[in-house]
Amino acid sequence: MAEIEGGGGGHKKGGKPKGKKLSTRVDFTPMVDLGFLLITFFMLTTSMNKPKTMEINMPVKDKVEEVDKTKVKASQAITVLLTENDKIVYYFINEKTGEPETPVITNFSKSGIRSTLLTKNKELLAAKGFNNLDSIPIYKEMYRLNKIDEATMRANISAIKNNKDALIVVIKADDKAKYKNLVDILDEMLICNIGRYAIVDITDIEKELIQTAMAVK
Amino acid sequence: MPKVKVPRKSTSVDMTAMTDVAFLLLTFFMLATQFKPDEPVTVNAPSSIAEVPLPDIDIMTITISGDGRVFFDLEGQQYKEELIKKMGALKQVTFTPEEIKSFSLMSSFGVPFGQLRELLALKTEERAKIQQKGIPADSLNNELADWVWQSRLVNNNVRVAIKGDQETNYPIVKQVIATLQDKKVNRFNFITNLNTEPVE
Repeated sequence: MAEIEGGGGGHKKGGKPKGKKLSTRVDFTPMVDLGFLLITFFMLTTSMNKPKTMEINMPVKDKVEEVDKTKVKASQAITVLLTENDKIVYYFINEKTGEPETPVITNFSKSGIRSTLLTKNKELLAAKGFNNLDSIPIYKEMYRLNKIDEATMRANISAIKNNKDALIVVIKADDKAKYKNLVDILDEMLICNIGRYAIVDITDIEKELIQTAMAVK
Repeated sequence: MPKVKVPRKSTSVDMTAMTDVAFLLLTFFMLATQFKPDEPVTVNAPSSIAEVPLPDIDIMTITISGDGRVFFDLEGQQYKEELIKKMGALKQVTFTPEEIKSFSLMSSFGVPFGQLRELLALKTEERAKIQQKGIPADSLNNELADWVWQSRLVNNNVRVAIKGDQETNYPIVKQVIATLQDKKVNRFNFITNLNTEPVE
């Protein structure tokens, strides 16, 4: 409690003159005021959310032997070109001719690149008889409810994501693209559960492709 | 009818409990607060749904400002001391103990190596005022590569985090990534803010 028992109560019988007992009660109000002031200050200055990060793995830059390269079916890949004003130009490679198909201009909205990636990925997987893409949220939910441990969840999810027949995304950004666009498209990879993607330097042919696609529009 | 006398009660309340709680909270907030190191440039990081928190230790941060300047920082005072000594040895510059101390206490910096001495001589408040040019990262004079390489020699477990501004142009980001790849750093992190937009 706020009071402290005053000492000196021991020799009452001695008949000595008693000193007047002063109250030891202290007024706490200023201290409390100060305490709350400091609380307010620290509460306002504390930022609780730590920055998050996105992990990127780039291929080793050394020359890769032609034999070591993974052969990818043309129909399985989509090339996504990032350009100015948050625009995306994407195209597929025609499997028969080996030529790029007509490029399509889209954007970062929900109905833009995301729906394209999701539909195409589902299509590809369904053609091969895999339709387990929908089980990713289920695994996440199971982990949340502590039914499976984190390692199991990660293993299961990455097995689905790295399916051999799933969509492969080649990301290329031109010189007018912003850093935000790159992060956004990588974010789409996370959202669309695409495990296999690569950031590649853009070629001159593709720069022209963007130009013509924009001109047509 | 005689009036009923209500005994007067003291209005003084025992504040001890409240004070206890107040100081408990105060202690919590004081300990939980991490003051932001004064950065030479404000960077508005893009947002993403990535939920992995950034580690506190063993990390080097490459900051790219909106106008394309590159800044560098290595976490950990002892590592920074080692780093400046190693960089000095590489560039054949010897730093005084004061300069080494000053470097180890400095947060992110962005000047060419030649100007580092001048920057270290300045006081912290003066440093914030001057416009730092950015670390050269082009193919002609790639000092960023040296910083990255020496940092990895100093601390083996160091990881690279790139903190770019939303409006940074892609070519400069590409250059930084190419530099990292040159130095055999093929795994790195992009620092983002958490975006809580629902995803279907």
